[in-house]
Amino acid sequence: MKIARQAAAGSLESSDILVTMAPGGGEVEIILTSSVENYYGDAIRETMRRTLEELGVTSARVEAVDHGALECTIKARITTAVRRAGEEARL
Amino acid sequence: MRRSMLFLPANSPNMVVNGGVLGADSLIFDLEDAVSPDEKDAARDLLRGALEALDFGRCERVVRINGLDTPYWRADLEAVLPLGPELIMLPKTGCGEDVRQLDGALTELEDAHRLTPGRTGIIALLETAAGVENAYAAALASPRVKALFLGAEDLTADLRCQRTKEGAEILYARGRLVCAARAAGVEVYDTPFTNVDDLEGLEKDASFAKGLGFTGKACISPAHVAAVNRIFSPSEKEIEYAREVFAAIERGRKQGKGAVALRGKMIDAPIVARARLVLKAAAEMGGEEADSDV
Repeated sequence: MKIARQAAAGSLESSDILVTMAPGGGEVEIILTSSVENYYGDAIRETMRRTLEELGVTSARVEAVDHGALECTIKARITTAVRRAGEEARL
Repeated sequence: MRRSMLFLPANSPNMVVNGGVLGADSLIFDLEDAVSPDEKDAARDLLRGALEALDFGRCERVVRINGLDTPYWRADLEAVLPLGPELIMLPKTGCGEDVRQLDGALTELEDAHRLTPGRTGIIALLETAAGVENAYAAALASPRVKALFLGAEDLTADLRCQRTKEGAEILYARGRLVCAARAAGVEVYDTPFTNVDDLEGLEKDASFAKGLGFTGKACISPAHVAAVNRIFSPSEKEIEYAREVFAAIERGRKQGKGAVALRGKMIDAPIVARARLVLKAAAEMGGEEADSDV
């Protein structure tokens, strides 16, 4: 999946993560700010990286602000942001 | 047993992930009114992930899809059906044909995903004047229909009247839905009480609905769940009476009596049927199977 333009998904509410996807320079760059960085920062980045890989994203700049999102929420927000960044229109 | 049905906005992770511990018998993940048009896609992704990854315990999982008059409902079904929600809630059900249209789409998707045909049930949400008038036809339109559900906010807008705390304006609709549901052999659920902080008003409203014959009631706040569960559960007195009914029948059987009385009143078929329902509900509340002899 090609990241064609900037798009976001999620929110800054508790248990959510706001993901902003933008075209990258040939690799996946993840910039994470998390309220639980000390405990789960590496796990969150790993979940993000794996989800992007599953979606076939090889080049993107991903900024994420996390407020304690579960893994299923992180995956969902990445999925939505990738689709929004790559598609013409959505329902 | 379905006493309380709690609405959760499907795009709110904080509500969705905690759904299983809020005490409700059913969770209604809402893809319709609680989600703005720009966020429909995100809500579907989030709900899919949650249904796939989370254990909601004993809570029944219901998904309120968008209406058949919108461009969203098919995508809603395609997103959630493979995850096996027990029920799909159809908003603005207007007639039996609406139910049949949803039934057809569910049949196609169950087939495509190799799910047991007919496994997904339907709750028809009646929230228009036409829907209320066609409630019985909607209930009979498909064997998937498990319940009718009253939506008073949209209904009162359609009726061009004010929604009041006392609810006189929805009395006809409440009675009509209970009658239609019981005649069709399905359950029936009352509209939520919308003032989150007025617990006294909630108790009155829920008690009134129970008195009319509703099976349970929707909640829009977790704070309403405990009261709704309590009001729609059989009381200790009701359970004790139901047990006495079956004990009296057993005594009569041993004595070779064809008819038996309890507390000066003959035990007839409706009393037995009500007692059976009370004991079934009591057993479910205790997490047990109902006694098969009852």
